[in-house]
Parts: sequence; C-alpha cells; structure tokens
Amino acid sequence: MAEMTVELVAVERRLWSGKATFVVAQTAEGEIGILPGHEPVLGQLVEGGVVSITTTEGEHVGAAVHGGFLSVTADTVSVLAESAELGEEVDVEKAKKEFAQGDEDERARAGARLRAAGQSA
Amino acid sequence: MGAQLRELRARVKATKSIGKITKAMELIATSRIAKAQARVQASRPYSEEITKVLSELATAAANLDNPLLTERENPHRAAVLVVTSDKGLCGGYNANVLRATEELLSLLREQGKEPVVYVIGGKGLNYYKFRGRELAGSWTGFSDQPHYVNASEAGNTMVSLFLAGADDNRVPTHHPEPKGAGSEAAGADGVLGVDELHIVYTEFRSMLSQVPMAKRIAPLEVEYVEAEATPGVPELRSMYDFEPNAEQLLGALLPKYINTRIFAALLDAAASELAARRTAMKAASDNANELVNTLTREMNQARQAQITQEISEIVGGADALAAAGSDE
Repeated sequence: MAEMTVELVAVERRLWSGKATFVVAQTAEGEIGILPGHEPVLGQLVEGGVVSITTTEGEHVGAAVHGGFLSVTADTVSVLAESAELGEEVDVEKAKKEFAQGDEDERARAGARLRAAGQSA
Repeated sequence: MGAQLRELRARVKATKSIGKITKAMELIATSRIAKAQARVQASRPYSEEITKVLSELATAAANLDNPLLTERENPHRAAVLVVTSDKGLCGGYNANVLRATEELLSLLREQGKEPVVYVIGGKGLNYYKFRGRELAGSWTGFSDQPHYVNASEAGNTMVSLFLAGADDNRVPTHHPEPKGAGSEAAGADGVLGVDELHIVYTEFRSMLSQVPMAKRIAPLEVEYVEAEATPGVPELRSMYDFEPNAEQLLGALLPKYINTRIFAALLDAAASELAARRTAMKAASDNANELVNTLTREMNQARQAQITQEISEIVGGADALAAAGSDE
C-alpha cells in the first residue's frame, strides 16, 4: 500500500512523525485531503484548524494547529505550526471552558483543540 | 588571642555557608544546561523545515520584492534587540552582551542610522535605566526558559515597526511596495518605523565558551544558489501548487521565519546564560573552599599559639613559685 512520510512539527518540539496513508488539513482556500502521490503543494493553514492523519496501521492522529503551513513534496508531508497540540494531549475540560468563556480568538483555538480531541465543538 | 580565634571561626563558618550556596547554584545551572540544550535540539526540526519551505517558495515566487527581503535605500533608523539575563551571578555574561551592543550602536551611528533599542532581560533593562538611556521597549521574566510566545511577542512588535518604516520621511515615489491591507501603518499615520532589525545575543559554543553575537535579522539577505540542472530530469520546483499564491505565502511566512530566528537566539542565550552561571559559580565555590582552607590553617595556628602561651605562662608561674620557695 502506498504510504508517505508525515512530519508534524511545532516551533518548540516535533509532535509526530511517521508513515501515513491519508492527511486532511484546512488551508486558506479550503479543505485539502492528501493521499500518497499528491502533487507538490505549499499552503497556509487556517487559524484554529485541525490536521488529521491516518497512519499506515489505520490509527487516527488528530492535532489542533495554530499559525501553520503545509508542505507536500513527492513523498513527504510536513505540517509546520507556531503552536500545536495532539488530540490525545488536549485537556478537554479546560478547552471546553475556554470555548465557553474566551474571546473570539480563544474560542477558535479551543474549538480546534476540542475537534482534535474528537469532541464536538 | 581568644578574640582572634573567635573571629576566624566566624569567618570560616560564613565562608562555608556561602560556598554551599554557590555549589548549589552551580549544580542547578549544570542540570538546567542539559534541558536548555535539549530545547535547542527540539526546536531544530521546525527551523529546518521552515528554511526548506522558504527556499522552495523563494525559488518559485515570481518576484522577491517583499519588504522583508528588500534593502532600503539610505536607511536611517535601526532597531536593536538586546538579549540579556534576568538574574545576575553569571560572570561576564551580561557585560559581554552589553559591550557588543555598544559596539553595534556606535557602528550604526557612524553609518548615519539612529538606533532604537529593545531589551529582553532584567539586567539589560537596569543597565539602560540606570544610565537614563531611552528604551523603545522591554520584555522580562523568561530569560532562562524562553517560550515561543515570548519570541513572537518581541518579533511581531519589531516586524510591524519594520513594515511601518517603509515610507517614513521619504519621497513618496521612492518605493512603491506592494503590501496587503495591513499597510496603513506607515509614514502617513505618523508611526515612526525602522529600516533594519538587529539582534545581539550570546551564542553557545561550548560549556566553556559563549560568544556575544550581533546579527541583522531584517531585511533578510537573499542567497542565490545555482540550481543543479540535471539533463533529462524536468525541473520539479516550479510544479508546486500554492494556496494562496506564492507572494502572499511569502508575506505570511517571512515574519514567522524572523520569529523563529529570534526564538533560536533566545534559546541559545538561555543555554549560554546557564553555562556562564555554572562557570562563575564553580569559580566561586573553588574560591570559597580555598579560603576555608587558609582560614582554618590560620585558626589552628592561632589556637596552637594560644596553647603554647598558656603552657609557658604556667611553667613560668611554677618556676617563679619554686624560686620564691627556695629563697625562704
């Protein structure tokens, strides 16, 4: 089965890297799904977006990404983010509270974190 | 005699406790250096990726006249970001950074540019406040554990100032720079921007060597690298698809790239600060130990002298008594 290398890096650390079969992200122009062999793309991701990766083992990795870029080359996909959080690391209670009380910017971020954690925002 | 002994004992005790404190600080600094270096390592993948993406983008973009890439003709104001520590007790660390800054400032003045100083770290802030110098801004409280938000705060302030400086005090036809909706912050609205951004920080070379560095972070220098054209293989670079277009992406990526550079400098400075503190505290602990040895020796001598004197006093007294007894 075709696969590609995916790197999910935030400024302070590398969040995730490995082999995947499918990546979904939201760029400034709309949602984009990437399968192995996609044409090379450079895109700016929306604020408070979610990137979801399906690994070769069929597992699902979700991450909330803020201030990010997406770079697709022949066999690698890199997601660069100013800050990012993996779905499994999200503090759901805290994110819900921020979503309910925060200002517009905070709401967008908290919403993305909730969606990455598999909750409905 | 007894008074001298007491005084020496007090000094030995004080020196020992100071030695304990400096030893503890040395150990703390040592353990934190490893963490600081790990953070430098952890930030590397991002800066490598963003550099790669930027060079792809720059190759593909039709024109490179983004303001962050364009040298301004006759620049007359330059922002300087100085990275110092919040706390002292780190030897010549801050003094070295500040000296390098002074050198840069006088160089800028020689070139006819007016420096605008921004400071990170409490020590630098105090230095300029005490001398009554004007500071454009300062950030403190994170010098030994900087986070990206700290770097982006400083970076965003300086980049917006840089972009605002594009048409200050200039002939209107000078530089018709294509800019987006955020371009109203320019000469027309009275914001006095800058034409160059510099950063002064301490580069971590090794545990024993940290060197102050002054670098220009904007406008960025564009390096033109000849593409290796392999015959028969089609040029892959131009096949990139951009969302949104390449020029807009470049405009969005460049400020982030500058923030990354500032963040990398902050991390390097944090590691340097801890290494400098470790070296300084090690020297202090060694000095304290040596002083304790000398003082203990002096103290023993004084005690020995006291005992000798007491013995000779007793012997002398007994002799005198015996002599007096035999006379009668």
